[in-house]
Order: sequence, then C-alpha cells, then structure tokens
Amino acid sequence: MPSPPDRRAFLAGAALLTMLPLSAARATPDAMAAAIKEVVGEGTIREGKVKLDLPPLVENGNVVPLTVSVESPMTPADHVKAIHVFNEKNPQPHVFSARLGPRNGKAVIATRIKLADSQKIVAIAETSSGAFWSASADVIVTLAACIEDVT
Amino acid sequence: MTNVLINAPKTARPGEIVEIKALILHPMETGFRPGTNGRIIPRNIIERFTATWKGAEIFRMEMSPAIAANPFVSFFAVATESGTIGLRWTGDQGFLVEEQVAIAVG
Repeated sequence: MPSPPDRRAFLAGAALLTMLPLSAARATPDAMAAAIKEVVGEGTIREGKVKLDLPPLVENGNVVPLTVSVESPMTPADHVKAIHVFNEKNPQPHVFSARLGPRNGKAVIATRIKLADSQKIVAIAETSSGAFWSASADVIVTLAACIEDVT
Repeated sequence: MTNVLINAPKTARPGEIVEIKALILHPMETGFRPGTNGRIIPRNIIERFTATWKGAEIFRMEMSPAIAANPFVSFFAVATESGTIGLRWTGDQGFLVEEQVAIAVG
C-alpha cells in the first residue's frame, strides 16, 4: 500500500516535470531586460517619441500586425539609426532590429509578428545622437502562437 | 519559384517620401515547435531583409523567429533619383531571394 505522502510527492514531482520544459522555453521579463541591455549598453532609455501600434486584443497570436513610428526629422544630422522590438514571453526576447537612416524620410515601419502569450511588447529607437527612446504596449492574446503541435 | 509581392509606386516626385511594402512566402519555422513525430522541427527563418535604392542600402531588418510566417515589411524611402529598388531576403538553409522594381523619379 503506498502511503499518501509518497503519492503526493510523486504527483508534485510529475507536475514539476511537465512544467519544466515549458518554463525553459519561455523568455522572461528578465531575459527581455538582458536583451535590451545588449542593445542599449550603458545608455539610458527614455519614454516618448516612439509610437507602438498593436491591437490590444489579439485573436490569433500567429499573425499580429505591428507598426512602430518615431518622431524624427530624419535629416543627416538628426535621424533614427535603429528600431528594436522586444517581447516578454516568446521563446526568445528579440523580435526584430531595423536599421534606418536619412534616406528613409520617415521613421515608420510595419510588420507582422508572432506572440506566444499575452504580454508586454517594447520598442526602442536609437537616434543618431545616441539617445534611446522607447514605447511599450500590453497585448492580450487569445490563441497563442508557437505552442500548438503541427498536425 | 519564389513568391514575392512588392508594392511600391512606379513614379514619384523628387524628394517625395514613398512607402515600400514587401511580402515573401516563407514558413518562418521557429525551431521551438514539435512536429507530428514529437521531435522539434528545425529552425528555418529569414534572418535578414535589406533594401537598396540604385545599389545603395537604405533599409535593413534583422529578424528573429518571432516574425510571422510570410514576412511582411513596410518602410519608407525618399525618392532621390530614378533607378531600381532592390530587395534581398537571406536566411537559414541557404535561403536567398532577390527582387527588383523600377521607379521613375521626376
């Protein structure tokens, strides 16, 4: 006869085992902060100038339209050099990095991304003067990307 | 046969800011999903997209697996002179696609 504590321990262990691979395959807010630090280095990030457009409620996490626009004259003397986008809970925190310059005229880019869960998205713009500006958006995802099996 | 959709104006006034939209058919397999046999499907993504105007690079984007399948990118460019806009996608498993569209400025 197995005693209740053994069974409890077994169940707890089994539950832990099933959870482990999941947590290992998820980026975390810490991982996102680390990825951001890799881009920004010792620079300070200020909120503002960046506009991040995402639907607040996403029905299908496989295709999420995203637009990043940055206020900038985009002249050779003062322009946006790069736009980076990060997420909290996909397997990897990085989404994309775009390099721009005065030839773009407008610092506006649009694409479509995947989201594995409801989470916060952060966009960071790097200007030619070395300043960093950011914006973030919270998104609720009802059907997640990445985790379903292929059938 | 690769399938690419490019949407850019054929003509523009000098100095006009034009939008260039590009879509390419690609699975953008993340490398995190198990397949029907339970094994992880190997990663197969487009890692980089670059745009040139008459040979000079004007835009570049490095992509992670978080970019949706059939990557769509829209960006802007100042119409400086007539020429070709070149778009280039490179990625895993030797993926390389190049496309060009002509634009007349004047």
